[in-house]
Amino acid sequence: MAYDLSFARDVYKNSEMGHWIKMCKQCGVCAGSCPLGPHWEFSPRQLFQMVRAGKKEEVLKSHSMWMCTSCYNCIVRCPRGLPITHIVHGLARYASVKGYADPDQVTNRFATRIFWTNIVSTGRVGEAMLTMRLYFVDGIAAGIKQGLEMKDSALGMLKAKRLNPIPLRGKIKGYAGFQAMLTKAQELEEKRESGV
Amino acid sequence: MEAKKIGCYICTGCGIGEALNVAALEKVASKEQKIPVTKSHPFLCGTEGIALIRQDMANEGVNALLIAACSHRNKTDEFEFNIPLLDRVDLRDKVLWVLEDGSKDSTAKEDLQMMAADYLRMGSVKLKKMNAPDPFLESGFSKDVLVVGGGVAGLTAAKEVADTGYRAILVEKSDQLGGMVARMHKTTPTLPPYRTLEDNPVQGLIAAVEGHSRIKIYKGAAIHKTQGAPGLFDVTIHAGGTETTERVGSIVLTTGYNLYDPAKLDKKLGYGSSPDVVTSLEFEEMAKAGKIVRKSDGKPAKRVAFSLCAGQRDSNHLEYCSAACCSYSLKHALYLMEQYADASAYILFQELRTPGQMEEFYRRVQEEGGVIIKGDVEKVEKAAAGGLTVQIHDKLVRGKEQLEVDLLVLATGMVSSVDTTDPNNPSPVGQVAEDAARYVLNLQYRQGRSMPELKWGFPDSHFICFPYETRRTGIYAAGPARRPMGIAETITDATGAALKAIQVVESVARGAAVHPRSGDLSYPSFRAEGCTQCKRCTEECPFGAINEDEKGNPLFNPTRCRRCGTCMGACPQKIISFANYSVDMIGSMLKEVEVPAEDEEKPRILLFACVNDAIPALDMVGQNRSKLSPYIRIIPLRCMGSMNLVWVADAMSSGFDGVLLMGCRHGDDYQCHNVRGSSLAETRLSKVSETLDRLQLESDRVKMVEVNIMDADTLPQLINDFAAQIASLAPNPYKEF
Repeated sequence: MAYDLSFARDVYKNSEMGHWIKMCKQCGVCAGSCPLGPHWEFSPRQLFQMVRAGKKEEVLKSHSMWMCTSCYNCIVRCPRGLPITHIVHGLARYASVKGYADPDQVTNRFATRIFWTNIVSTGRVGEAMLTMRLYFVDGIAAGIKQGLEMKDSALGMLKAKRLNPIPLRGKIKGYAGFQAMLTKAQELEEKRESGV
Repeated sequence: MEAKKIGCYICTGCGIGEALNVAALEKVASKEQKIPVTKSHPFLCGTEGIALIRQDMANEGVNALLIAACSHRNKTDEFEFNIPLLDRVDLRDKVLWVLEDGSKDSTAKEDLQMMAADYLRMGSVKLKKMNAPDPFLESGFSKDVLVVGGGVAGLTAAKEVADTGYRAILVEKSDQLGGMVARMHKTTPTLPPYRTLEDNPVQGLIAAVEGHSRIKIYKGAAIHKTQGAPGLFDVTIHAGGTETTERVGSIVLTTGYNLYDPAKLDKKLGYGSSPDVVTSLEFEEMAKAGKIVRKSDGKPAKRVAFSLCAGQRDSNHLEYCSAACCSYSLKHALYLMEQYADASAYILFQELRTPGQMEEFYRRVQEEGGVIIKGDVEKVEKAAAGGLTVQIHDKLVRGKEQLEVDLLVLATGMVSSVDTTDPNNPSPVGQVAEDAARYVLNLQYRQGRSMPELKWGFPDSHFICFPYETRRTGIYAAGPARRPMGIAETITDATGAALKAIQVVESVARGAAVHPRSGDLSYPSFRAEGCTQCKRCTEECPFGAINEDEKGNPLFNPTRCRRCGTCMGACPQKIISFANYSVDMIGSMLKEVEVPAEDEEKPRILLFACVNDAIPALDMVGQNRSKLSPYIRIIPLRCMGSMNLVWVADAMSSGFDGVLLMGCRHGDDYQCHNVRGSSLAETRLSKVSETLDRLQLESDRVKMVEVNIMDADTLPQLINDFAAQIASLAPNPYKEF
């Protein structure tokens, strides 16, 4: 049934910053401000109205909320003051938790398989390894091709000391504490998402 | 009355003394124009300069002042001598600043001097032709205010009038005060933080009005006739089988609105197809009664769709936005959500418009969970489980959607309650829709019995500059009688109109005009023996000020008059004049301009400029130091409506090569302070080619343009292009005759 509000009410409650969605007045300034706007299937404005319209499957299976690069243009411009960037990330997380997120969606894949494992293993981002894993995620041939394409940029960054060439520098000091923080955060998140 | 003694004072400050030969100008005033006292001063608006003038007034008996300095819009406080005979000649803004470019060229200096001398001549003649007005005063002026309509607007207006110390007479057609708002449950917020519903203000207002010693109330009453003029209105009121005539000074029209008939709406909105399709007023009354339920079976109505713009902004129904419906529908959504915690309120809109502070209220309704949907209702069907299935075209998710609801509420729009039957087909600007009208006041005016409408049947006047004004002096419309509006705005509106109503009775008592020539004591008089009873003055007066006497001659109602001079411009016999403004005065002024001989190749172009917009714009041209043709001569007019065609003929026969008229924008979005002045001037001008043909002159020597007060940037080109065009024609052959 169209505009059945049960999905919307669940998002308001359980998606991070989701309660803001009801405040959208559909002006479309976010859609016009987004530098990636033309590449989204649904703009933030549309996503929000679809939530309110009860289009659960379409929203959660959509790749749109994974397209956000966190430039914050929409937040700055929203006349109603909606934290759009955070709402959109919240929706991506909500889709993951509900089991709708496509594991091969590029942002999802990068975030969950490459970036997350990279940072969790040592407590810091190892740029060289991160880049390598990203380049080779689609196989060796593709990885070499992309690496060669980017070699000038990489050398430039090396010269400017913006890239650490040593792939593994070991764990950060107080790694155990870092892990404890992660565990606690996950625990809190699970508690929130289970609605307790 | 003592004889007129003119003093001419030339200011040589602001560079005037350096650029002009002031001694020669003094000679123009004293020798040529024979002005008895002529002086110059280097700082006329300073203490010394003013003292010089005051001394002459005290010792020399000077009682008429010609001040040649800057524009009459500058230094008004300094040059205020509380005398009726004063004219300002603008040597700075409209001469020096538009010509002087620092060149030592002798022709340029000569042109500058000629222009200054011509303005001084025109000013002298104007002052010579000017008489002190004798204000229209009569015994029997009333200062009471009649308020027509006892809703929120009328109650507020009556209360404000009475609280200010004046007597108000309130007339209500039904047996109860309170009007439309009395039927409402609660009202949209009128106070900060504009987030909560307010209790209905009507009962409090009624108590305040009924208990007021200065308010007299007629209920169950109708106005049968309104005759007279501001200060002297005689209003015949029928109430309870008796007829009473009240003398009042002014009238506030607060008859509110009617709702558009839902039966006329498109079938697709479903009104009448199910009892669960209701109007906003029906929903309001349901909320007031306590329980929001399905009308079909009495079950709680928890899912409700509100369709905004039910007929509004639709050329088949009401072409206009009704301003209040978005806000009151948000209010209805809040009624619903306050009644049921699990309610679903769907607000179907075209553009959600929340004027005033209602954006805050809109936010509140969304916080509570109200869902907005931009879309149209396409089909309404009864649902199997009771309630309705509403098919909508949802423009936000781009598709057709089915809404299951218990009620569909149609927010119908406001229709004028004043003298109209078809809001989408109003009479042209400034005219009266006589045949369709129902005559709220039944005015005994020659121009008709109903109130002139602006648009869509509302008796509003100018859309921004003059709220509450109608085209009937002393009658002010407020609240939704004036144009659609909500409660907060209505209260402000009624208060404003009450103050206007007081202003007019006080002005009338002094014999003074109201807006736009506030304080003007002159009024038109006419030479009856010259009248041919052509009735142009009675037809053309934008305010219907002129009736007819039993002989068919015009009968002026001076207190209805706004002193625009449209009658004077209309009169082919040139018999209508004001003490300080006449056909002869302007005609004499333009004849005073020295027109150079044909072989000097210095054309002369006459500019008639409206004092309301064109003159301030010309002042700004000067302030910008934009350069104008040295061949123009400007004569300010009260309003283009006062432009008499004889002046164009006079200008041509005096040797002017061209005439440019600068009036305000006319038509639907008119900016003329007197509604129709500039459009009437244009109509008159369309007949000028006859005159020019008779004189065997090219018709493009005379042109009329619309000038806005903001046009200072484009005006120089407009004027200079016209000057160039005139220069390209052969000189006017009537020079030197």
